[in-house]
Amino acid sequence: MIGRGAPVTVVGAGIAGSWTALLLAEAGVPVELCDRGDGTGGTSHWAGGMLAPDCESDGAEPIVVRLGRRSLDLWSRHLPPTPMNGSLVVSHPRDGGDLDRFARQTGGHEPADAERVAELEPALAGRFGRGLFFPREGHVEPRAALPALHAKLREAGGTLRFGEAVDPASASGPVVDCRGMGARDAMADLRGVKGETVLIETGEVALSRPVRLMHPRWPLYVIPRAGNRFLIGATSLESDDLSGVSVRSALELMTAAYTLHPAFGEARIVEIGTALRPAFPDNAPRVEVAGTRIAVNGLFRHGFLVAPALAEIVTAFVTDGVRDNEVMRWS
Amino acid sequence: MLTLYGQAVPSRMMVGTALYPSPAVMEAALRASGAGIVTVSLRREAGGGRAGDAFWRIIQSLGVAVLPNTAGCRTVKEAVTTAALARELFGTPWIKLEVVGDDETLQPDVVALVEAAAILVRDGFEVFPYTTEDLTVATRLVEAGCRVVMPWASPIGSGQGIANRAALRTLRSRFPDVTLVVDAGLGAPSHAAEAMELGFDAVLLNTAIAKADDPAAMARAFALAVEGGRLAYEAGLMPPRDFASPSTPVVGTPFWHAAGAAG
Repeated sequence: MIGRGAPVTVVGAGIAGSWTALLLAEAGVPVELCDRGDGTGGTSHWAGGMLAPDCESDGAEPIVVRLGRRSLDLWSRHLPPTPMNGSLVVSHPRDGGDLDRFARQTGGHEPADAERVAELEPALAGRFGRGLFFPREGHVEPRAALPALHAKLREAGGTLRFGEAVDPASASGPVVDCRGMGARDAMADLRGVKGETVLIETGEVALSRPVRLMHPRWPLYVIPRAGNRFLIGATSLESDDLSGVSVRSALELMTAAYTLHPAFGEARIVEIGTALRPAFPDNAPRVEVAGTRIAVNGLFRHGFLVAPALAEIVTAFVTDGVRDNEVMRWS
Repeated sequence: MLTLYGQAVPSRMMVGTALYPSPAVMEAALRASGAGIVTVSLRREAGGGRAGDAFWRIIQSLGVAVLPNTAGCRTVKEAVTTAALARELFGTPWIKLEVVGDDETLQPDVVALVEAAAILVRDGFEVFPYTTEDLTVATRLVEAGCRVVMPWASPIGSGQGIANRAALRTLRSRFPDVTLVVDAGLGAPSHAAEAMELGFDAVLLNTAIAKADDPAAMARAFALAVEGGRLAYEAGLMPPRDFASPSTPVVGTPFWHAAGAAG
């Protein structure tokens, strides 16, 4: 047990580090959150911000769903403006088989016929005959959520140190390593999974919640953002290549939005982005503990979904020595 | 035992490595399948080149033979270039040759396929061409030097099973000495068993396992079906007859049950 007295350094101010630092600070632990960048360059910056534990239960390990459900409460409690109005999943008639399978492999949904789809998202009226509504889900805007978490961290007495690389291995006191891909050399089985997104802007379509479109290979979402913007994402490629977005991926992403609503065809492309998701072989997150060094990593495409619950687990371990054997590993 | 270009392989099932929820689930499914060969896509699932190293390492740690493929290629040149990259990356002359002719159905472009196969064979590759059930195309591929031909059962990922049974039967009878693998479109273990009963040497599948609720259990189900189908083929299937044939003598049948008796 580390206890509440010793100052803890959290390295990496992405979603995992930001939540960990905040919950430690709120538990009365003196905490400093460090990042080599300015907090805008990492994987979290490019995230979709989906809080969709039920939708993710089609392929993710059960632990991801458990952490995700717990995290929904933590998001609501700490950032009350977080929209929790569910997510909608629709498919083109030809992908109806995929929708059936998706319905079978997930829970927490209700069928949505054409009328219900229109009621939930008037912009999609008449466009989709059937879908699934997942009422107990939400989404956050990552680029607003991270600064909001940092502001709360300062309020809770924590400090932030940006623009300076800190090596967790050389830290003198207790440290929580939340560097994501930055920790690849320290974790043998960590790999990068490339995700590509496109940010577009149009005033012609309005959505009030993320809409997922059945796609034969990737979970594709169109997520409404402030300022008439929509994030389309994301691909999932077994590659740690950060060289940019391929034309094929960009076409597939934009086609997804266009087939959701043709007015997206007139939207303006604001940004095309690539990020590497840190993942372990089971694509589930892990908390590794070695003495007073703790590493939180492998959040894969579930960073915003599971980070709060992971932070809670790390905090309970630091303050009271509580062990969660489902996510913690010892060395 | 099945041999492919002179290499003995322990199983008549080959599986793809795409679409699994995670590498860990993929590994469990591959082990449950008992497959000795896995296919990997250089372009479609991975970013291409060495960027997918971490994923390749996971696959190579499984101790199975790797059959790289050219999935996603649309032209002869693309396919040939991708094959060269695969040979360098995996150190194998094997290449599953796919040239997409139609984006909607992912139907092979059989004209480009034959051309690419000829180039690759000349270049020392051992080519596994993914083709349709067309007899003439298969003939051209064999003439080009392919010792393995992989006709589809139905379009990739459709799970429809064998769409043209008669054509596949014809391929088998016309190419007794060529290794024939049914590739793509197999949705259920019964489809795989049917392909094996037709005398095909092996099957290749991916989606039906990767997207199952329990991929490892489905992999095992396919493995059993493939084994059953092959055993049945070797044991000699009874030819079907178009009328009921009683297995017990009819001599003792009461006359009022005999055919034609008035009710």
